[in-house]
Amino acid sequence: MIIDSTDRQIIEALQGGLPLVPEPYAQVAEQLDMPQDALMARIAAMKARGVIRRIAAAPNHYKLGMTANGMTVWDVDDDRITELGAQVGALPYVTHCYERPRALPDWPYNLFAMVHGDSREEVEEKRAEIRALLGTALRGCDILYSTRILKKTGLRLRQKG
Amino acid sequence: MTPLDDTDRAILNRMQDDLPLTERPYAQVARELGITEDDLLARVARMKDERVITRFGPFFDAAAMGGAFCLCAMAVPPEDFEAVLTKVNAHPEVAHNYERTHRLNMWFVLATETPEGIGACADAIERETGVQVLRFPKLQEFFIGFRVAA
Repeated sequence: MIIDSTDRQIIEALQGGLPLVPEPYAQVAEQLDMPQDALMARIAAMKARGVIRRIAAAPNHYKLGMTANGMTVWDVDDDRITELGAQVGALPYVTHCYERPRALPDWPYNLFAMVHGDSREEVEEKRAEIRALLGTALRGCDILYSTRILKKTGLRLRQKG
Repeated sequence: MTPLDDTDRAILNRMQDDLPLTERPYAQVARELGITEDDLLARVARMKDERVITRFGPFFDAAAMGGAFCLCAMAVPPEDFEAVLTKVNAHPEVAHNYERTHRLNMWFVLATETPEGIGACADAIERETGVQVLRFPKLQEFFIGFRVAA
């Protein structure tokens, strides 16, 4: 079993976020009626297994003035995708950078990188920088802007004991 | 919204990286940044209230819990868009859905409790709508980060 019922209780308690108090784990431990050491050991184990990726802040790009975003997509030489994907993913304005399978003939692109900027012009400038970075490994590219959010829901754990 | 000062920006950048797993993690981060724990907590709370920070806490990986995610795309004829949208969004597995500027004009993420759930849900959407659902599971993920000028 990957997560047991205790892990699940901890995940549920932390889904809304970590308390912003000097001793956040002590507060959560009390809420869950378990010792702080045991709670922290559980969290450490979930981090080690990759269930918790990190404990961190999610910034709101819109509030930071980054109101334009484009999903840039690239057809990159498979032999160089790991090396170049890491370089694209490290760019400060890129979030959500993934290698995904192509769906030929409709979709020749294997690298997806979300680019944020304060205008479409800025997004296009950043896109030109990525194009230059990919150089001779690049065979084609496109950009898709979102025109409407059709649905957005967060991670919801179903109750299963 | 209060304009962000240099300290806020430094906090925003640092807090996107992993928080140490210690009894007083904020005190440790505050020391790294050369500010007090109280100041750090007050500023993070303010940025949360003002929605500069959407959420602060653990990032969970549904795949590591045994579940699965998959980005999917459909080329929906414009005249059928609203009808198809209703059918797609009716599935609770559809987490995010965006209209995008492309022939493939509907892009959504499926989140399921098991890897098999992805194919079952995508197949069901194809049957219900008569539109092919292209599937783009992630093969590799590159670092996710976003930095403000500090």
